[in-house]
Amino acid sequence: MARWRLGFVIPAFLLGLVIAFAIFGDFLTPHDYGTSSLLNRNKPPVFAGGSWAYPLGTDGLGRDLLARLVFGTRISIGLALVGTLIGAVLGTVLGLIAARSNNLIGALIVAGIDLQAAVPFMIIALATLAIFGNSLTLFVVILGLYGWENYARLVRGSAMSAHTLPFVEAARSIGVGAMTIDRRHILPTVFNVVIVQATLNFPQTILLESGLSFLGLGIQPPFTSLGQLLGEGRDSLGRAWWLAVVPGTLIFVTTLSVSLLGDALRDRLDPTMRRG
Amino acid sequence: MSLSFVLSKLLRLVLTVWAAATLVFIMLRLAGDPVAAMVPSDAPQIVIDRYRERFGLDQPFIIQYFAYLRGILSGDFGISFRTGGPAWDMVAPRILPTLILTGTATLVAIVLGVPAGMLAAANHNSPFDRLVMSFSVFGFAMPNFFLGILLILLFTLNWRLLPSGGFEHPQSLIMPAITLGLASAGAYARLTRSAVLEVLASPFMRTARANGVPPLRRMTHHVLRAVLVPLVTLAGFSIGALIAGAVVTETVFAWPGIGRLLVTSVTERDLAVVQLIVILAALTMAISNMMVDLLYGWLDPRIGTRRRSGAG
Repeated sequence: MARWRLGFVIPAFLLGLVIAFAIFGDFLTPHDYGTSSLLNRNKPPVFAGGSWAYPLGTDGLGRDLLARLVFGTRISIGLALVGTLIGAVLGTVLGLIAARSNNLIGALIVAGIDLQAAVPFMIIALATLAIFGNSLTLFVVILGLYGWENYARLVRGSAMSAHTLPFVEAARSIGVGAMTIDRRHILPTVFNVVIVQATLNFPQTILLESGLSFLGLGIQPPFTSLGQLLGEGRDSLGRAWWLAVVPGTLIFVTTLSVSLLGDALRDRLDPTMRRG
Repeated sequence: MSLSFVLSKLLRLVLTVWAAATLVFIMLRLAGDPVAAMVPSDAPQIVIDRYRERFGLDQPFIIQYFAYLRGILSGDFGISFRTGGPAWDMVAPRILPTLILTGTATLVAIVLGVPAGMLAAANHNSPFDRLVMSFSVFGFAMPNFFLGILLILLFTLNWRLLPSGGFEHPQSLIMPAITLGLASAGAYARLTRSAVLEVLASPFMRTARANGVPPLRRMTHHVLRAVLVPLVTLAGFSIGALIAGAVVTETVFAWPGIGRLLVTSVTERDLAVVQLIVILAALTMAISNMMVDLLYGWLDPRIGTRRRSGAG
C-alpha cells in the first residue's frame, strides 16, 4: 500500500505543480506572453546571470520566456484535455454502438477502427493539415480524433461481454430500450476501461500536439504552446539553450507524471495487473 | 501454414492500402478545387478550365476516382507542385535514408530493450528491475524531438563530438538512431520483462529447472523462444510509432528521409507528394502486419492451427 501511495503522490504532486503553474502563472510575471520589448532581447535567465525582471530571460524578440511558458502550458494542457475528452466520448459512443449493432453500422465502425490503426496517426494528421490547411479548429479536431479507435475497440470488447450479463439480459427482456441499457447498464461496466485508456491517451495527445507545433504545423503564432516554444528555441540552441530546454522539460514532466499516475490508477482499477 | 491463410492476409493488405488511398482521395476532393490552389486568384476562367481539363477535374468524381486508382497501380502518383516533376521522383531517393535510420533505430531498441527486460525479469523486484522499469516510463514520456535537441546540445554544441545533422558521415547516424530507438527500447524492455515473468512461472520452466538446465541456457533456449511471439507482435506494432517518430527525428537532425520530405511537403502543401507518402506508410504498415501474422504461424505452429480450425 505504501508503494502505491508513493507512486501516486509524487506524480500527482508534479502534475499539480504544472497545473498550478498554468492557472496561477500570471502572478509570477508582470509581462505579457506576446509583447516584445526590443530593448530587452535575448536576456539571460537568473541562473545564467540575468536579472529578476525576467527570471527565465527573454527570446530573440524580447518576449518574456516565463510569460510565454505560462501561456504555452495553458494551451498545451487545455488542448490535450479537450482532445482526450473528444476522443474518449467519440470512441466510447462508437464502441457502444458497435457492440450492439450486428449490422452494417457495426461493421462500418469496426472497419473504421481497422483503417485508423492502419496508418500512423502522425501521418494522417500531417496529411489532413496539408489538404485542408492549418486552422485552430482543424487542429482541435485532429487532436480529438487521435486515439478514438483505441477507446472504441476496448469499449466494444467490454460492452460485448457486458451484454451477456444476466441483469442486462433481464433489462432487455422487460423491454428497456437499447440507449437506456447502454447508458444505465453497459456504460458503468466499461467506465474503468475508458478512464485507463484516457490516462494513456492524454500524454500521447500532449506529445502529438507539441510534436506538430514543434514542426511548425500545429499552433500558429501569435498563439504558442510548449511544443512551439521548443521549436522556436531550437533555432537559438547554441546561444540560449534554455529557450528550448525549459519548455521541453515542462512537456516531459507533464507527460511523465500523467503516465506514472496512469500506471498507479491502472494497478488500482485493474487488480489482475497488480502482480507485474 | 496454408495457402488460403497467406492469400487472406494478402487480400487484407490490398484492402488496407486501397482504403487508405480512397480516404486520401475523398479528403482531397472534400478540401475543394485543387486548381484554385494552383492558379492566381484573378486567373481568367479559360485558364482555370484548361487546368481542370489537364488534371481531369472536369470529369465526374467516379471517373476521376478510377483514374486515380489506375494511376497508383501503374506507378503514376501525380505531379509535385514544387518541382513540376513526378511525385515519385521526389520520394524515391528518400526511401533508403529512412530505411537506414528506422532499421538502425530498431536495432538499438532491440539490443538495449530485450536483454534489459530479460535481466529485469530474472532479477524480479531488484533495484535493476526498478531501474529498467523507470527507464521504460522515461522512454515513453520523453518527446523524441526534445531528446534529439538535448543530444545535439550535449554532443554537438557542448562536447563537439558528433555532427548535429546530415547524412555524409557514418557518425551522423548515431544521434538520430538513438533518438528514435530509445522510446521503443523502453517498450521492448517492458514487454520482454512481463513476458519473461509469465514464462518463468510456467510448468515447463519448473521442469527445466528440475532437470538441471543451467540458468543461461534456460534463458536462451526456453524463455527467449517463448517470448518471441509477443516480441514479434511488438515489432509489428512499433512500425507505426517508428514511422511517426521518423517524421520528427529526421526534421530535428536534417536527415534526408521521407519524414522530413513529408514535413516540407505539408508546409508547402505539395499534395501529390503527401498523398504518395500516406500510401507508402499504409503499404509499409500493411506489409509489416502481414509479416507478423505469417511469422506467428512459423514461430508458434499452434497459432496457425487454431486459426484454421477456428475458421472451420
